[in-house]
Amino acid sequence: MKQVLEGSQAVAEAVRLARVQVVSAYPITPQTHIVEILSDYCATGKMNAKFLRVESEHSCMAALIGAQSAGVRTFTATSGQGLALMHELLHWASGARLPIVMAEVNRALAPGWNIWVDQTDTLAQRDTGWIQFYCEDSQEVVDTTLQAYKLAESVALPVMVVLDAFFLSHTYEPVDVPSQEEADRFLPPYEARFELDTKNPCSFGPLVPPAVYMEMRHDMAAAMDTALTNFTRIEDEYAQVFGRRYGAVEAVRCDDAEIVFVTSGTITSTARLVLENLRGRGEKLGILKIKLFRPFPVDEIRRALEGSKKIAVIDRNFSFGASGIFAQEVRAALCNAPTRAPVFGYIVGIGGRDVTPEILEEIYWKTKNNALPERESVWIGLQEVSHGS
Amino acid sequence: MDLELTEREFMHPGHVGCPGCGAAIAMRFVLKALGEKMMMVLPACCWSVIAGPYPSTTLKIPVIHSAFETGGATASGVRAALDMKGDTETTVVTWAGDGGTFDIGFQALSGAVERNENFIYVCYDNEAYMNTGIQRSSSTPYGAWTTTTPGKDWKKMRKKNIVEALAAHRIPYAATASISHPEDLVRKVKKAQAAKGSRFLHIFASCPTGWKIPSEMAVKIARMAVQTNIFPLYEVEDGLRYTINLKPKRFPVREYFKIQGRFQHLTDQDLDVIQKMVDEDWELLLRKAGEHA
Repeated sequence: MKQVLEGSQAVAEAVRLARVQVVSAYPITPQTHIVEILSDYCATGKMNAKFLRVESEHSCMAALIGAQSAGVRTFTATSGQGLALMHELLHWASGARLPIVMAEVNRALAPGWNIWVDQTDTLAQRDTGWIQFYCEDSQEVVDTTLQAYKLAESVALPVMVVLDAFFLSHTYEPVDVPSQEEADRFLPPYEARFELDTKNPCSFGPLVPPAVYMEMRHDMAAAMDTALTNFTRIEDEYAQVFGRRYGAVEAVRCDDAEIVFVTSGTITSTARLVLENLRGRGEKLGILKIKLFRPFPVDEIRRALEGSKKIAVIDRNFSFGASGIFAQEVRAALCNAPTRAPVFGYIVGIGGRDVTPEILEEIYWKTKNNALPERESVWIGLQEVSHGS
Repeated sequence: MDLELTEREFMHPGHVGCPGCGAAIAMRFVLKALGEKMMMVLPACCWSVIAGPYPSTTLKIPVIHSAFETGGATASGVRAALDMKGDTETTVVTWAGDGGTFDIGFQALSGAVERNENFIYVCYDNEAYMNTGIQRSSSTPYGAWTTTTPGKDWKKMRKKNIVEALAAHRIPYAATASISHPEDLVRKVKKAQAAKGSRFLHIFASCPTGWKIPSEMAVKIARMAVQTNIFPLYEVEDGLRYTINLKPKRFPVREYFKIQGRFQHLTDQDLDVIQKMVDEDWELLLRKAGEHA
């Protein structure tokens, strides 16, 4: 049924439909609406779940690790500083092979205090062994969250569903919310592969010597690879029930494009508008939206970018001393490809600054008018700042 | 002495602890007192190693090893999952050292007991970070040498009173116990298991390696700690009702300090200061229990 929902509520509806049994969270702007709604659902019986109101994000993830190890489906949501505080336990959750699902509302890291969108918080967790999805709109948030459980449980790895602060988390849109029956048809009840059980006592996560640790990590690496193929199958299953699919990446008019924008999150929607405008003026622009960031869909990206003459990666994040993080990843993905176009890196919208169609057009013309990138990263829209003499 | 304990052992023969390890003795008694309907959260501590490396384990119970500072939080999650599965019989126990309890895990523990999570938290206290090689914790007693309080920098701060901190949360049950008094220890474990909500046991567990004593002194030194009132045996119900379980003869603390390598640098004057502290703490405890010296 179509409803007009805030992005945060889209997350909560999917969590309810997934029949999550233990929710734990610590409040942080702009994640709070998600957990307020879920608190209400747990209190009123709209969800048959226990809500653990822990004293920190660190304890939140620890509690979910405990709960999931005891054999139930779990959920949390966080942002920025909260995710940074969880860092140690992000590694723990994936190493323990627990299919925990988390919504992460991208928020800039302090100092100075900034509650607005910036992807650096989640991208800085790229090596923690979590699958990561970046969503463009609220419909995609609902669909991806439901799929996240199926994918996580199929490979025994945790999943982060990432959405932009405010531009997505606090924006209202019409969303087709599945019925519980439809959701159940897609996502069966959780069955743990292994769980704490007094009838079958096992030790989880003990001391592991070098003789076996490496194999365990290799198993995780293999599970990440499997996630890529499983995601395609799960999207097929989802499309059968709901008629919607997104792909690990979405290539928009890349076939004849001379310049391709590589985007993620809500910037993609703005880019779609710019593409229509520029195409109308005869400019051959394409868009490659990256939805799945971990595992990084290298083959799909290579295929989509095969014919383009120039690639412009648009990053709302930055790795200091290096470049935009999507740009790094795209450059690495293309490095061993048979043909590759120059990769232009643009930094935009840091700390919640609006990324307008004008900014994206500016990026288009900069890319078109330069044979090669002037620098690895070009920051767009910086104001003149006097640093003194 | 009849402990009314099952003959059944919940530890396999053999573990990776040091000879005379008080923490191993504590574990054996606690497991026997709890029985098989229990599962354990084991944050980083000596016992992370004592249990043995994968694929071996000395523990015959379900165990989830967890990050150092997460004893209270991980147990909250396990309990929540069991409740959702309709399992109200199984006792969830966190088993943590003094570092994981007094220091790095204190926030998660405080959070869990403030929510009155339904679990037993056991701190086996060997008075320093022994697993990493004898570094000072906030449980290390005044006067002690450790590798991070060496020479003239021996610890000049008092040991944190963890039971008082827990009692201040008004939890249903908090108690001290010692490996030297197993009948008292077992009774308290069973009492804790029969109660609901957050329950806390503080078990004095000597460490011959870290305290620089012969391994055969492990139990005796623990008994001396009780008999000198350095580690009194008492329980607190609902954070209010204090019961002192044993009134020792109050041997001078000097004997206890003299036989431990970690205190060898202390002068007679230092020991007088310590004796005064111990006396002061005992008087305070008596007052709380509504008794007088």
